[in-house]
Amino acid sequence: MSPSFLSRSPLIPSNVFPPTSKLKMMEIFGNYEELPFTEEYLIIGFSPSSVPLKQRWRNNGLSADFLADYLITFFPSREEEPESIERQHEIKGAVSYIANELLENAMKFNDEKTDYPISIRLQLDTERMVFTITNSIPKENVPSFQSYIKELTTSDPGELYIHKLEKNADDENCTSSGLGLLTMILDYMAILGWKFETVEGTEEIITVTTMVQLTV
Amino acid sequence: MEIQRIEEIKTDDYRIWYDPETKRVICQGSLRLSGMEEYAPIVELLNAVLERDKPYIILNLQQLEFLNSSGISMLSKFVINVRQKGDIEMSIQGSQTIPWQGKSLKNLLRLMPSLKLELN
Repeated sequence: MSPSFLSRSPLIPSNVFPPTSKLKMMEIFGNYEELPFTEEYLIIGFSPSSVPLKQRWRNNGLSADFLADYLITFFPSREEEPESIERQHEIKGAVSYIANELLENAMKFNDEKTDYPISIRLQLDTERMVFTITNSIPKENVPSFQSYIKELTTSDPGELYIHKLEKNADDENCTSSGLGLLTMILDYMAILGWKFETVEGTEEIITVTTMVQLTV
Repeated sequence: MEIQRIEEIKTDDYRIWYDPETKRVICQGSLRLSGMEEYAPIVELLNAVLERDKPYIILNLQQLEFLNSSGISMLSKFVINVRQKGDIEMSIQGSQTIPWQGKSLKNLLRLMPSLKLELN
């Protein structure tokens, strides 16, 4: 829970056109924006771990539920207003689903060869909730992920969903569903964006930050 | 072939079992497994029930609080499998008060229009 790892991680420039020559690559896809400074946010960091992914898998759900529980404090419910209780319930469900999917993806696709930490951040603005999650990604996986992003941002989500599922059903060896991001768009009306960056420390590391915006 | 007893699958987080009285598969708890491989035992249970009870199959999800996208994919794959067999009446009983169900279960109708989806 401690954000102390941030001081150990390579510097990530916070503006869009950083003057530093250390930055070799930056690419934006979808709806991505640098967030204005705010004092109200929650961030959870996960340091690289020698514990196998399978053994720490349940941490994804636990962290997602924690984020959801934390956030509903800002959406108080009153017993005499059934709508407020229902709203709280809806928000809790949405945060829990989205945070869990983002964490599952980050843990699955993280570059195990680097010790770059994974972090998830949740910020509440007046009319929206913003999730940002950053993880490293192996260089060889960048092209396929970017082409999936292009598919996601240019297709009709409903049609893409059916297409993916029918394709999965025909494929006996299909191991990854690829549905997490798509269900966020289709079922939760989420707005998605991505930032790919090269950060240089002692070795070259590529990070991807996924941003998910939800109207509340 | 003698009908085998279909076992239940139970962990700290979820329980899935066949209720012989109502002839339903009941899913309870929180299902957030990491991929298709982990979901295989559940698919096996569903397929065993389908083989035995066809032409009917009923899934009750009213106590399934969470299902991740891999689980949605597994469920969708099963629905497509049922559709492809043809002449099977499938019902899914869900709950309107569980947010993911209200949002995501309706997509199953696009995969199998004859599916009976009841959200209470």
